Order: sequence, then structure tokens, then C-alpha cells
Amino acid sequence: MHGTSILDEADRLMTVCNSCRYCEGLCAVFPAMEMRRAFSDGDLNYLANLCHSCGACYVDCQFSPPHEFNVNVPKTLAVARAESYAAYAWPQALSGTFARNGLVISIIAALSMAAFIFGFAALVDHSVLFGAHTGPGAFYKLMPHNAMAALFSAAFLYAILALVMSVRAFWRDIGAPIGGRADGGSILQAIRDAGELRYLHGGGVGCYNEDDKPTDRRKLFHHLTFYGFLLCFAATSVATLYHYPGGREAPYPWWDLPVVLGTLGGIGLIVGPIGLFVAKSRRAPELLDEQRYGMDVGFIAMLFLTGLTGMLLLLLRETAAMGPLLALHLGVVFALFITMPYGKFVHGIYRFTALVRYAQERRSEAGS
Amino acid sequence: MFPTSSYRADGMSSKYDVLVIGGGNAALCAAISARRGGASVLVLEGAPKFYRGGNTRHTRNMRCAHDAATEILTGPYTEDEFWEDLLRVTGGQTDEMLARHMIRESKDILNWIVEQGVRWQPSLGGTLSLGRTNSFFLGGGRAMLNALYLTAERLGVDVEYDAEVTDLVIEDGMFLAARVKRPIKGEAEISATSLVAAAGGFEANIEWLKQYWGEAADNFLIRGTPYNRGSILKMLLDKGVQEVGDPTQCHAVAIDARAPKFDGGIITRHDSVVFGIVVNKHAQRFYDEGEDIWPKRYAIWGRLVAAQPDQIAYIIFDSTVVTSFMPTLFPPIAGQTVAELAGKLELDPAALEKTIAEFNAAVRPGTFDHTILDDCRTEGITPQKTHWARRIETPPYLAYPVRPGITFTYLGTRVNKEARMLMADGKPSGNMFAAGEIMAGNVLGKGYAAGMGMTIGSVFGRIAGREAAKHARN
Repeated sequence: MHGTSILDEADRLMTVCNSCRYCEGLCAVFPAMEMRRAFSDGDLNYLANLCHSCGACYVDCQFSPPHEFNVNVPKTLAVARAESYAAYAWPQALSGTFARNGLVISIIAALSMAAFIFGFAALVDHSVLFGAHTGPGAFYKLMPHNAMAALFSAAFLYAILALVMSVRAFWRDIGAPIGGRADGGSILQAIRDAGELRYLHGGGVGCYNEDDKPTDRRKLFHHLTFYGFLLCFAATSVATLYHYPGGREAPYPWWDLPVVLGTLGGIGLIVGPIGLFVAKSRRAPELLDEQRYGMDVGFIAMLFLTGLTGMLLLLLRETAAMGPLLALHLGVVFALFITMPYGKFVHGIYRFTALVRYAQERRSEAGS
Repeated sequence: MFPTSSYRADGMSSKYDVLVIGGGNAALCAAISARRGGASVLVLEGAPKFYRGGNTRHTRNMRCAHDAATEILTGPYTEDEFWEDLLRVTGGQTDEMLARHMIRESKDILNWIVEQGVRWQPSLGGTLSLGRTNSFFLGGGRAMLNALYLTAERLGVDVEYDAEVTDLVIEDGMFLAARVKRPIKGEAEISATSLVAAAGGFEANIEWLKQYWGEAADNFLIRGTPYNRGSILKMLLDKGVQEVGDPTQCHAVAIDARAPKFDGGIITRHDSVVFGIVVNKHAQRFYDEGEDIWPKRYAIWGRLVAAQPDQIAYIIFDSTVVTSFMPTLFPPIAGQTVAELAGKLELDPAALEKTIAEFNAAVRPGTFDHTILDDCRTEGITPQKTHWARRIETPPYLAYPVRPGITFTYLGTRVNKEARMLMADGKPSGNMFAAGEIMAGNVLGKGYAAGMGMTIGSVFGRIAGREAAKHARN
């Protein structure tokens, strides 16, 4: 018996699957399962986070419902995965944020945006707030760069600390030797597997979403979202380099690297989340963890708002709307940062960690 | 372009070029091949959509001849070697001309089936012995079916589920129409220029099995679909089609007695016989557990258990061998002593203790190697265990209860190389073809080798569809 009923169910399913093995070629979950004969809580959380929810094993399974064996691996692992986020959350006192995550994220986002808007309104002269600014340093007339950098660095560093602590607990629990480190080769392999979403492909045909016809749409929209996010992050990083060592202040012209990266990323962060949301809302209920709908949609919405406010800011930065838009954009990004360890964002971190572990297991199996 | 189907949605009557009865591998290969041959095609599947595909749902590989290693096959498997394997497992009970024809055609099936959307993968974990001869379906048999159905629908094949065929109108060896009953659209008569019967065997029809097995059949478990009741087979034989295959024979393996009556599939099997002993309800051994290597002897244990009182037996082993075989769906029943285990199995403890003590005393020293016919054997008991005999002495003592699990039946319709049914007088039918389990007895008189059922289905399905379309066009 395990700690939770969903882990008991995951254990039952892995016992069924381990005596069948037809799905072995579909993804990483089943080969990892085959390396075990019994499953600890950590093993099941590991398998749950290896699963990319492509749905192929459900569509291919001769024992999926209405069969009496009632095998639904994607849904069971989706629930187990979501519960694992709470189980490993740091500090544990905040694990409850995963329970009604959509609500929590919305409230924090709203508060954060309100704080920036009222903060600007209170601290910045009205003529400055609603004035049109151009040229280097235009943004910093509203909020000094150092204040902005300090606030966001603090939020970001906290997010990183919380994520590192959570992943450490996960890494210890999924069977990595105590004090064991991931080797470089396994990390590289995991970067490749995550970067191309190798296991979101139904074994080659594409993943399943609304019916029994495979498509690659979710993969495409996830790529747009993920690489959009990375491009935006790169834009911010380049801009920071411009600012401090380079001494060049934003806003930059449209052809300059931070703007080009941010624009491309922003488009990805608008189109990708819309596509993911549409796919989510069409997803067959038997594949969906309805309990976590709020968490999933909350994260999608945050990424979408980040992209949208960023793009609006770019388009309207020379008008009087710049001030309020900057407040909105900063509010959204701040909320995104501080909620990172307590929302759907963590799925990428845990899945990546599971992929590192999987690469390691494959290597040691091949070596033995 | 293909002609559009003339099927009328009101379901009163309709006319197709080719009617396919059945919904598994053979049926879909026939439907696709007929459609590609230019025919309008209707598939009548008796099962609901989820259970479509008969026993194909539970399959995982196909045995095809090939002259060289491929991406997924580790080495060549020539036509001659395939033929020798078939000859050996059937003990010569096969139609050589038909079998060799099938083997030749199987070579091209490796590619043809991929063109229909099916994907291969190397042999699964725990099946290394099949890596050279058998191509595995990525995702298993249901994934294979899903691909075939998608292709068929894309090509414009009409498919009806829950469509039970209640009668066939056949005159002078010519198929005219089928009566079909459906839950919503009701009854209808569907005529077609050609018929492909690919509706499986009768293993799920316990009453029919009882004709040959008596009341023992009540204790049989059916490994696959509950829809293979043999109704189409019976109609065809009753209406003058020549039968083939031994009606009293069926393919049976020993499966876990705790499995459901139907559709337990592959996960209820046990391949642990060689690691222990097998006793009946009187706690007596009854056959050499070490006769041959799995999977060669895998198939005999179903029949052996069927011959035991109440059709039940128990594989008994100890804790030292637990990790020697694949993990099982149902956990072994355990006891710290032989007597405790016997109690849980409701066997006579004294009898089981005596059987195990006698067995242990008869075990001769040897070097254990389960991958070869090793020299670990017994001496001085009957029956002997001729290989892999090791003492059962390290608690906990463990057991799996097993019953006969029926996979398929051999009785079928006789066909020729065109998959055309032959009538009782030996003349080929004008427009009736058969593929899959319903005609497997033509090449498989008895015995089995992994993946052969799917070869029969795909090869003869493809031929039947092609010939049925050819007939419809002329």
C-alpha cells in the first residue's frame, strides 16, 4: 500500500502493464517500468513525471475501459504527477497552493498587477505615467532600473531556491543514490529528449487528444510556448548585458537583438498558449485530470498574458499607453516568477529531472 | 476515383461490391485490399467499437519470412525455415501447397502492412527468442487494428459495429445476401457481389465446445474476445461449405485460474512451469515439467490441465526462482510451509508435502541453465522432470493456480490459394472467400508457433479482398 489512493492505482496499473509490455516502444515510461518488479512511491512519482500524456497507451490498450481491468495509464499518471508536485513542494507549508491552483494563481496575478498599477500611480507623477516617452531610459522614468532589477532578481532567485529544494527531494525519492549526481552525458540526453519532446509523439504517429486520430498539434504548440518562453528569457538576459556591462539602456530599436528575440518569443507565447488551451478544452475527458484543470489553464493564461502584455508594450511603447502597459506587464511577469514553484511551471522541471534519471538508468543498463 | 458506396443510411436494403463479415486483422486486410482493388466495401463487425477486432486486439506480432535482417528483425528467416517450423508444429497436418503459398506471400506482407499504417518494433522485453522470426506491432495488436481501421475509413470503407449477422443467403455456392441485426438501425438484408468471411472461430461458444469436451468446457477460460461464437462458421458449414480441421481441437495454454472468463488476454499467462512442479487437485504431479524450452512447450499445458480433474492445476515453486520469469498480473499464493500453502490452495497438506518430498529426493545434482536443456533432472520418480529440476525447499513456498485458457479453434472452411471457399463437393464457390481464424485449419491442422495466426490473417485477408474485388468487377 502506498501513501495515497492514486499511487495505489498507479501500482495496480504498473503491475498489469509489466505483465503485458505491448506499449514498450511508445515512450520512456514502459521501459523504465520494466526495470522494476515492484514500485515504491518514488518509483511511481518518477514514472508519473516521465509520462508526457501523449495518450497513445490508452488508445492502444486492449484493457482500457470499458474492459474490466480498467487500465488508464495517462489519466492515472496525470493525477499522480500533479499530486507529486504538492508532495515535493518547498517549503511544505505551501504545498496547499496546488490544491486550488487556478484560483491561487489568479489571485496572485491580480494582486501583482494591481500592486504595480497602484504603485506606479502612487509613486510616479501622473504626467509621467500617462506621458509619451521615447529614447534610451524611457521605461526607467516610471521605475528606476535598479529597483526593477532588484525586485525581479529577488523574485527570480526565490523561485530558483524553491525549485531547487523541491527537485532535490524528488531526485532523492526517485531512487538516485544518496548524494548521487547526474552525469553530463545523461543531462545532455535529457536536454535533447526534452528539447524535441521526444516522448510526446505516441511512438511516432503523434499524440492523441480529442479522438482516436493522432496529431502533432500539442507538440507544435508546446514548442511554440516553450521556445517562446526561452526567447523572451534570452531577450531579458541580453538586455541586462546591454544595460550593465554595455551601458545601453532600453528601449532598443526594433532590429536590435533583445527586441527581435522578445518579439519572436512573444509571438510564440501568444500563439502557443492559445493552441494549448484549445487542445486542452477539446481533450477527451477520459484522458484528462479534471481536478487540475485550473492549474493547467492558470499557467497557460499566465504565459499568454506575459506574451500579450509584452507585445502590446512593444507596439505601443511610444504612446501614452506605455506607462499602464508597463505596469501590467511587470505585474504579470512578477506573478509568473513568484508562482513558478507552485504551479504548472514545475512540470517541466520534474519531467526534465525524470528524463535525466531515465537516461542514467538506460546507460547503466547498457553498461551492465 | 473509387466508386462511392451504394449503402443506404436507412438500412432497409443495400448493395455493395464486397461484404466483409468480421472486424479483425484478416477482415481489415481484406477490406483494405478490396477497396484498393476498386470495390465498394462494407465491414460488419459484430462487436461494439471498443471490442472491435476479435482476437487481433490481444496479439502482438506476426511471423513473416524474410531473406535478410531488417531494422527490427535480427536475422534472415527463409521460406524453407518457416516451412520446416510449420511442418514441425503441425506434425505434418497442413496443406503444403497452401502453406508454402502463404509463406511466400508473407514476405511482402512485411512491407504491405506498413503501407496500411501499421508500425513495427523490435521484439519486446522477455521475448528475445522471437527477435529473428517475428515482427512486433508497435503498441500491440490494438494499435495495429487502430491503424488498419484509420486506413480503411480514409479509403472509404464503410464500417458498422454491433452488427450481428443472423443469416446468410447462399444458393448453389453463391453468396447473395446477409441478414444483419443492429441495436439502433434494426434488421436489414444486405446484398453484395462478393463475400469475405473473416469472423473468427468458435472458442467463446462454450455450448459448442461442450460437444467435444463435455462438462469440462465449463471450466475453460477464454483468453480472447467473447464475440468469437462461431455463428458465421456454422452458417457456412450448414449451407454447404466444406469443413477443414479437427473440430475437437483447440489451442490452449495454462493461464491463471483467477483470470476473467473472457478477454483476459496475454497478461494472464504463466511461463513459470519449468521453474517448479505442477500438481493437480490431488496434489499429484502428472507431466514432465522440464520437457522442453518455452515457448516450444508453452502450448501443451492447456491441454494437460484440461485433462486433469476439475480442469485445475497448481504451479508450485519456491522463493529462489521468483525473479526468473516475467512479473505476473496475479501475485503468487504464498505459504511459509508446504502445509500452509496447501491449506491456501485447498489441497491435502500431507499429499502435497509427500509429493514435494519425493520430488526433492529424486533431484540429481546438475548445473542449472534455463536457456538450454540442462542436466538438472530427477531420477526414480514418475513422471520425471528431465531438465531444470531443482529442490523446492526455500520458503516462502509459492503457487499459481492455472486453468486451460482457450486461444482459438481449428475447425474452419476449406479454401484454395485464392482464399476462395470450397464447397462440400470440392468445387470452388463463385463469390465466397475466407480469411483468418475461420480458415486457419487449412494450414494449421494442430499445434502453433507464435505469430502464425496473424500471418494467416494478413496474407489470406489481403488475397481474399483482392479476389473478392476482382470478382465484383467482372
